[in-house]
Amino acid sequence: MPMTDMATPVRLTGGAVAIGGRPILRHIDLTVESGEFVALMGANGSGKSTLVRALTGLRPLAVGDLRLFGTPFDEFDDWHRIGFVPQRTGATSGVPASVWEVVASGRLTRRRLLRPLSRADRSAIDDALAVVGLTDKARDGVSQLSGGQQQRALIARALAGQPDLFFLDEPTAGVDLPNQHALADALRQLKERGATIVLVAHELGPLAGLVDRAVVMRDGRVAYDGPPLADHEVHQPEFGEAHSHHHHQPDHHDHTPHVGSPLDARTRRDGGA
Amino acid sequence: MELFTLPFMERALLAALFTGMAAPAVGTYLVQRRLALMGDGIGHVAVTGVALGLVTGTSPTWTAVVVAVLGAVLIEVIRERGHTTGDVALALLFYGGLAGGVLLTGIGGKSSAVLQHYLFGAITSLSNGDVVVTMALAAVVIVVALGLSPQLFAVAQDQEFARVAGLNVRAYNLLVAVLAAVSVTVAMRTVGLLLVSALMVVPVATAQQLTRSFRATLVAAMALGTVASVGGLSVSAVASFHAEVAPGPTIVLLALAGFVVTWPVGVLLRSRQRLHEPFPSGQPDRHEIAGDEHGHQHGPDCGHVAVPHDDHVDYVHDGHRHAPHGQHYDEH
Repeated sequence: MPMTDMATPVRLTGGAVAIGGRPILRHIDLTVESGEFVALMGANGSGKSTLVRALTGLRPLAVGDLRLFGTPFDEFDDWHRIGFVPQRTGATSGVPASVWEVVASGRLTRRRLLRPLSRADRSAIDDALAVVGLTDKARDGVSQLSGGQQQRALIARALAGQPDLFFLDEPTAGVDLPNQHALADALRQLKERGATIVLVAHELGPLAGLVDRAVVMRDGRVAYDGPPLADHEVHQPEFGEAHSHHHHQPDHHDHTPHVGSPLDARTRRDGGA
Repeated sequence: MELFTLPFMERALLAALFTGMAAPAVGTYLVQRRLALMGDGIGHVAVTGVALGLVTGTSPTWTAVVVAVLGAVLIEVIRERGHTTGDVALALLFYGGLAGGVLLTGIGGKSSAVLQHYLFGAITSLSNGDVVVTMALAAVVIVVALGLSPQLFAVAQDQEFARVAGLNVRAYNLLVAVLAAVSVTVAMRTVGLLLVSALMVVPVATAQQLTRSFRATLVAAMALGTVASVGGLSVSAVASFHAEVAPGPTIVLLALAGFVVTWPVGVLLRSRQRLHEPFPSGQPDRHEIAGDEHGHQHGPDCGHVAVPHDDHVDYVHDGHRHAPHGQHYDEH
């Protein structure tokens, strides 16, 4: 096995996920190379969030082989190499917590039990806050932040552990445009530092320029895997084939209900006009 | 006051001090996970434990610890497994525990007056041994709750993140459940099983009216719990010269009084915070100048609410947002 393969951050072969006995994801092959910025896209219910949860171990695989950084998932315990940014609902709880405290909890992947924060811990936390632009909000309560700022705080929490691989689940959902730009700036800095990023998104918006590769989920399968697509192309049966230069055709029949198609077609005409 | 140097009173004060610190320490994690009533449930289950001790002639404290820990673990497992029927299952356990305890006491031929000591507390009847056990268990609870606070905080704040961070979420959840069970039995002699949850939850609710961080909430809740339990005991001791004043309810009512006092302050702080929250960035499309009658000069001391907006400050009054622009004010 070549050395480069050992370091491949994500390699899932023949993956399937069933929830309550019902198959949700089938026949998923996904490899993410070091330094790649991959967008997992698709309609609601297409399985994109389930896929990212399977990659982080939150959803067990029914079948398939998952390796993170070359290690089979069951033996994997380099959790400090992984940064997970869940959907924003996890930001608040029943007791107030400051932004600094939430971000500091991301440092736990590298802290030992019953040890106080070291100087390296503190500077990593400060750096994470600076990257997402929340340094002057550090002492505020998380619940006082806007939705977009909460999302940035969750990114800073993942960042505090200084991971090599980020999983982000719908970071742009329900976030206003200025905050989406702030989010894009933070992710650009991560990308420039060489991080590998897997991001679930319904729409990319300002993140579009950062994406190296798009993977489109449809009905629990990977329907497209290739160069980035514009937001409106994701929902077209042929993925904008008319004005792009790759020749990868989905080789199976598309089972997506056709209710959404007329609307999508109109969007495309509008966009092209 | 020679009352406070009487041996039974010294024992009671020591027990109140340790209970008042330990119960809110665990309560903070329960409130953080929105399980404020879990202490109440464990208290109900512990009644059966006390009754078992009374009937079999062993120490009710230890049987209560064992049964409460088993009950807490069972509650945690039910909560983890069943999402939809979880609260109903918990209710079954609560009332099963209470009914079982009362029934067992009757069958064992014990008077319900003995059980009352545990249901509503009997802090002035503690023996030396009781106080040592109370202090030791409370100390364990406090050390674990503070020592593992980074891990416990992370797990209670966001379980999914904690799992991906490699923490053993189930073990930490069980640990909190066990800590809650132990502090319930610690507080059982002070405020009684039926009021235990109040000492775990009310100081936390009071503290978070004024705090913005978890650490401050935890420390303030422990301080408030101590003040309430030691203060409540002292008040009831002094007042008992005039009437029958039970320490348990006095402690709980004092804690509640603390909440009643701080709640309006919390409401005020939160509404001020909302008013001063920065406006979203971006300027209005039209350049609209505030009316000519605007003779007032806005400034840092003019008394109007000043809200940051991008690179300047908007002054808010009478439904307007006025931003200084050269010699006039703009409507924003």
